[in-house]
Amino acid sequence: MRKPRILGALCAITSLGIAHAQTAEVDHAKADAEFAKFRAEMEDSNPAELFELKGEELWKVKRGPKSVSLAESCDLGLGVGKVEGAYVQMPRYFADANAVMDAERRIVWCMVEKQGFKFADIAKKPFQGANDTNPPEITSLVTFVAGHSRNMKFAVPLKDPKVKEIWEIGKEITNYRAGPYDFSCNTCHGSDGKRIRMQNLPNIGTHEGAVKGVMGWPGYRMTGGVMLTHQWRMNDCFRQQRFPEPKYASDTVTALLTYMTANANGAVYKGPGIKR
Amino acid sequence: MADPMKIRASLKGDVADIRVLVSHPMENGQRKDNAGNTVPAHYIQTMTVEIGGKPVIQGQVGTAVSRNPVFGFKVKGAKAGDKVVIKWRDNKGETRSDEAAVA
Repeated sequence: MRKPRILGALCAITSLGIAHAQTAEVDHAKADAEFAKFRAEMEDSNPAELFELKGEELWKVKRGPKSVSLAESCDLGLGVGKVEGAYVQMPRYFADANAVMDAERRIVWCMVEKQGFKFADIAKKPFQGANDTNPPEITSLVTFVAGHSRNMKFAVPLKDPKVKEIWEIGKEITNYRAGPYDFSCNTCHGSDGKRIRMQNLPNIGTHEGAVKGVMGWPGYRMTGGVMLTHQWRMNDCFRQQRFPEPKYASDTVTALLTYMTANANGAVYKGPGIKR
Repeated sequence: MADPMKIRASLKGDVADIRVLVSHPMENGQRKDNAGNTVPAHYIQTMTVEIGGKPVIQGQVGTAVSRNPVFGFKVKGAKAGDKVVIKWRDNKGETRSDEAAVA
């Protein structure tokens, strides 16, 4: 007589547990759906567009010690001055620099090599701080270039062995555990269904996760009203892991961006985004 | 000189849906910079919207509005091709005026 009752109770407990897990799943989906709604509403009038305008101006005007414009000197991989579709096809290998570069790094390279700016000056303040009214010029330039790949598919040339090599290094870096918390990128972003507080964490090793990781960068962050690039996001990940932050436009960041963006290959890029 | 606004005006029936992105720091005068000094207030105070030369909206804007704000208006009786002119003036006396056509 007793046995079935215990069994029944056990069943009840098990089903309760499952129900709880299901609610959590639904909450995840709900939170994602709410964010999606918010983005859809805001994308229509995203302040990032203001920086696309500023970036376009900066791209076209003759500047720097050499007084040349980027439009007449900078090759983003598709020919000098061509920006349409360039963002979704980077990182790529550039023979003139003998390096694989992501969009931001390439533009910095052009500013230094073609326009004669000093790298140290650009690297002094590469990202917008909470108290800055405007982002640095480089951020507007990246936003402008990214805006000209809107609704195009990510197509990082992974067939190029030089790009593939950097992709492998990027993959290696995501696995590298170190720092006071013994963290790696994959501690948070290496498996499905994880979250920090209310934020769902994408698994950047998968296509779906990588798409979530690259979509919306560069992005306008509502909190503080700042325009930020994907390079900034990578640096912030290192900060959150209590790692030393990488130097500006470093090989490490390019490797991570290569890994993540190439994993998202085939997905349609929606252009500069809007973040919380 | 202030940066340009981005104006979009689309017609749905006889209602024009106007969206404007404004580039402005909108400092409320209460924040402190990294050195601890108060950042002086700098914000838009008035805004006007004209359609076809006729003022349709006059608004007052305060410090509670965010940096680089977005405004949306719905205006009845607009026609395709009407010129939309939006002007703002901030507390430092700076002004900016931009225009677009109702599409």
